[in-house]
Amino acid sequence: MTIGLPQFLVVSGALLALGLYAIVTRKNAVAMLMGVELVLNAGLLNLVAFSRYGGGLDGQVFALFGIVLAAAEAVVALAIVLQVFRAQRSVDAAKASQLKE
Amino acid sequence: MVSNLLAIGPELALTATIVLVLMADLAIGPRRARRATLLTLSVAGLAAAAAAFALLPEGPTAAFGGLVSGDGLGVFFRGLFLVAAFFGIAFGALSDEVPEGRFGEFSALLLSTTLGMCFLVQAQNLLMILLALELTSLPSYVLAGFRRGDRRSSEAALKYVIYGAAASGLMLYGFSLLYGLAGTLDLARIGPALAAKAASGSVAVRAGIALAALLSLAGFGYKVAAVPFHQWCPDVYEGAPTPVTAFLSVGPKAAGVAALIRFVVVGFGASAASVPAGGLPWPVLLGVLAMATMTLGNLAAIPQDNVKRLLAYSSIAHAGYLLMGVAVGTPDAIRAVAVYAPIYLLMNLGAFLAVLAVRARTGSESIADYRGLGGRAPLLSVCLAVFLFSLTGLPPLAGFIGKFYLFASVLNAGTPFFYVVAIVGVLNSVVSLFYYARLVKAMFLEASPEAAPAIPLPVPATALLAVLAIPTLVLGIWWSPLADLAARAAGIAG
Repeated sequence: MTIGLPQFLVVSGALLALGLYAIVTRKNAVAMLMGVELVLNAGLLNLVAFSRYGGGLDGQVFALFGIVLAAAEAVVALAIVLQVFRAQRSVDAAKASQLKE
Repeated sequence: MVSNLLAIGPELALTATIVLVLMADLAIGPRRARRATLLTLSVAGLAAAAAAFALLPEGPTAAFGGLVSGDGLGVFFRGLFLVAAFFGIAFGALSDEVPEGRFGEFSALLLSTTLGMCFLVQAQNLLMILLALELTSLPSYVLAGFRRGDRRSSEAALKYVIYGAAASGLMLYGFSLLYGLAGTLDLARIGPALAAKAASGSVAVRAGIALAALLSLAGFGYKVAAVPFHQWCPDVYEGAPTPVTAFLSVGPKAAGVAALIRFVVVGFGASAASVPAGGLPWPVLLGVLAMATMTLGNLAAIPQDNVKRLLAYSSIAHAGYLLMGVAVGTPDAIRAVAVYAPIYLLMNLGAFLAVLAVRARTGSESIADYRGLGGRAPLLSVCLAVFLFSLTGLPPLAGFIGKFYLFASVLNAGTPFFYVVAIVGVLNSVVSLFYYARLVKAMFLEASPEAAPAIPLPVPATALLAVLAIPTLVLGIWWSPLADLAARAAGIAG
């Protein structure tokens, strides 16, 4: 079997599904952010795959920017998680419930 | 090359200001006039950015190989964002929620968000849209959690960042699919490419286009807090410091709406007057989204007891009104959105300024503490009442004119579906009167609680209140300058 575009799309689809599953089911804020990383990487994998199979270089450039973007987002998100941990001694998103109806 | 740089002159000025504010913040140290110095520096930077508009190249000329568009829509909204940034920074200087020692950080973060918004409204390329959206989002996450020791502020930031990161992840995935289907990142070329694909393609291709469009919509929907991507909004608006809430409720929201207009109208050629590329029913999709957003926002606002939370739901409802205009998508409707956005900015910032002033004195955001405010702070109460009635859309206030333009453009679309949208919009305005009037009733018809403090207004706050209230009154009677200005915003480079 030769590896082609469909195989990459299946892998990225699986990454997207796993990432979304983690975001929806996890209570731990850090685990939710790991889910976000999976979703981001699914998109980046798509971009590189489309670029390799006939889309020109745009996709690879996008993916490079995307990697930097994911890093920047992780930095800000983890800093905020740290602040939440200082405030309530836990990173459990379910315990962050001062604000609700 | 030079014309490219001139095309982003305001952004360059903002960038320089951010660097200068950060450096000055370090250099000044804990001296007494620190806040005043940094405030002056920030406002001077905004003025320089505004002056750079005079150097913009004539006509809609795309710069940087088509990454930014330089058209009327971009110019109009960039001007609006500078105004929003000015008020955001001024509110921060007035509020006790931003400590003097950290005002430099606050100002730099807020200006960074503004920079992101300015790039977002003119981005003509999927990569540029995503980068600008992140540049808008990342500093605003930090701003939401600006009060470090405060549990509610931290929690607001956590909710904001998790929802935001998930939405931008989905958007990236949607963009990657669009790139795969169209073979280009350029918005203007995506529409024709998708149309060709959809015409010759199989069901799978059509499903792919629909999936890509919906996932991309998640990112925009999150930024404007449209149903079903709105869950973060009330919590973040309640928990964030009041100046930040005021800024977030007007700036990024308007940026999201403007970027969505560009994405849908330029990228997909969608409007009520034409069949969109790729066969997606954008007008119906966005129309349904608009109806759901305004209905949920208004109904959920009714039982709220916290004023910031009430205004959060009200801002969701207003996102719904704006989305009506996006759904129609004709130049007429884009102009209506451009009329509504600055009016919404004035009245919403005004309402938050009043909340800020009351909070500074009583430390409370509860509607119960607004009882009898009319007697304790007559000017503030009258102004707040004006803003609230304007938000409802009662004549002769500016909010009425904004809604008039929006509803007229929706009716002009002339299809039965948009008649339904307009009727739902009008019914929603009636519902919104209920909760806005509840606050007005508490202020003027109910007696003050025992030992309620008088609320003196500092001079700067009074001046800002006047700057916001007078246009809200005047634009309700004499709106043609704004309408003429907004007509230029309807010129989108395709």
